[in-house]
Amino acid sequence: MASSTQANSAALRAELSASQAAEEASRARSRRRWRRALHSLRRDPSAIFGLIILSIVVFAALFAPWISPHDPGLVDPLKRLLPPFWSEPQGSMEHILGTDAVGRDILSRIIYGARISLGVSLISVFLSSVVGITLGLIAGYYGRWPDAIIMRLVDIQLAYPLILFAITVAAIFGASLRNLIVVLVIANWVTYTRVVRGEVLVRRQTQYVEAARVNGCRDVRIIRSHILPNVFSSILVIFTLQVAFVLILESGLSFLGLGVEPTIPTWGSMLNEGRNYIMTAWWLETFPGLAIMFTVLGINLLGDWIRDVLDPQLRID
Amino acid sequence: MWNYLIQRLFYSIFVLIGISLIVFITVRLTGDPVAMLLQDGNPSQEDLDEMRRLLDLDKPVPVQYVNFLAKAVTGDFGRSFRYSTPALGLVLERMPATLKLTLAAMSVAVLIAFPLGIISAVSRGSPLDFGVRLVSLIGISMPNFWLGIILIIIFGVNLRWLPVSGSGGLKYLIMPAIALGSALAGTLTRLLRSSMLDVLSDDYIRTARAKGLSGRMVLTRHALRNALIPVLTILGLQFGLLLGGAVIIENVFAWPGVGRLVVTSIGLRDYPVVQASVILLAVILLTVNLLVDLLYTVVDPRVTLD
Repeated sequence: MASSTQANSAALRAELSASQAAEEASRARSRRRWRRALHSLRRDPSAIFGLIILSIVVFAALFAPWISPHDPGLVDPLKRLLPPFWSEPQGSMEHILGTDAVGRDILSRIIYGARISLGVSLISVFLSSVVGITLGLIAGYYGRWPDAIIMRLVDIQLAYPLILFAITVAAIFGASLRNLIVVLVIANWVTYTRVVRGEVLVRRQTQYVEAARVNGCRDVRIIRSHILPNVFSSILVIFTLQVAFVLILESGLSFLGLGVEPTIPTWGSMLNEGRNYIMTAWWLETFPGLAIMFTVLGINLLGDWIRDVLDPQLRID
Repeated sequence: MWNYLIQRLFYSIFVLIGISLIVFITVRLTGDPVAMLLQDGNPSQEDLDEMRRLLDLDKPVPVQYVNFLAKAVTGDFGRSFRYSTPALGLVLERMPATLKLTLAAMSVAVLIAFPLGIISAVSRGSPLDFGVRLVSLIGISMPNFWLGIILIIIFGVNLRWLPVSGSGGLKYLIMPAIALGSALAGTLTRLLRSSMLDVLSDDYIRTARAKGLSGRMVLTRHALRNALIPVLTILGLQFGLLLGGAVIIENVFAWPGVGRLVVTSIGLRDYPVVQASVILLAVILLTVNLLVDLLYTVVDPRVTLD
């Protein structure tokens, strides 16, 4: 008995120093990884292109009041539906991308729209990752009935046409920024839950988790220090994919008139406002859509690179 | 195999009950259909009560739900508040148009993705490969309804080659199908490319080459067949996205499918039609996913379902 206790504590000491060494090694690994990541970024022109696009969009979002040429809400009945500057004779440099049906400057609305569109996407993807990861950890780690309940919820969510759910929610609560975020969170937690649960099921079987459990670690600690770090790279990859997906989804919901309050410019709501003028004023639809396309393209280009760096197994090229 | 099927069926029933419950409750929170139906006639309180009784809305919601479920299993989803015809019939009438659009979009995606994905994988690292990758990424990065609008502006309004809305012959289907299928085309191209690259580096491909099979034979018989497995998974998963996307595309192109019907019905508070469409769409989705899983066993004999 005594000897076994002694052996245990010796093993524990050995493990402690081993874990310190492991921590040290992992720090060095992470430093190396960052260096390698930056190095690979330099050799990846498409990732750099993505980074440039995103920097422009983020810059526009952050400094909208300083760089936008006009007040995005300024209505001018005398300047309705002006075409972009190169279009003779009405186009002028004063409204580079033209004006909308009530004379508001398109470029300024796109610049301000970057704030809302990016903000809504980031907030809702972050919230859905918190919800999804938590549920995935619970389902994967505890198994049994929590798993059964959560996975059936996942099944239901996956079979329910999301867009119809969103329309219904908008019909109940009205279109607002908050409701839009709620709908987007409900739409997107599933992906995290499925991936995290799958990873946890694998990790739970590993020897280091087993060792931690034998040594009396509590569940929360095991999850936090042994499981979560290992699923982190998958989560980051999903996160980038989701931001791109949500930007597109948000534009779809706003297009159907289910997005934010009409006074707030988002790229999707601009597409909604312009849809009655496609016969006469093509620029109302074209430019906000291009803004969405380039932003999502930037995220996807950067996402490919992140995936290459973080997860060599998922490597596409 | 049979165990698996029975288990899947059991899950599907559970999922459908969950979905019916959610749609039943949420649609009732959207507002009162009676006030909406009688808004023109300046109705008395008795009229409203009578209408409520006729529509089976006077009982408590749990009772309504049990009644609904009992009838729904026999295929009776109630009558549309607006048109007074059976809700299921209304939805079934529109379903072929939606399925036609969805399948056309899927065909567009497959027709684009297969050649591009294979060419890209075979000529890996070349400018052609780079171009295909960029184009497929752009396809993924566009909102599908926006692509639809741009197509309308270019080919409908300016060039006048194609009708901008409605349905009829094949030329009405071209733009909606391309708009709906482009994102899937991008996804499939990327997936097929990476999956082909994986497979092409496997030993049995080298063996096949070594024993003197032609390049084309190796590609189709050995590589493509194995590269198809992940493509199948995604195709099944994406079917749901296509159905959802069809809702918006149908509204852009005035395509007479379920998507348009259900969006109008939510606005009209036509509960039975909303319920019938959501449940029917879910049934289609669950069936497709089950079929995809069964197809695995055909494509890849190593996969067993038990």
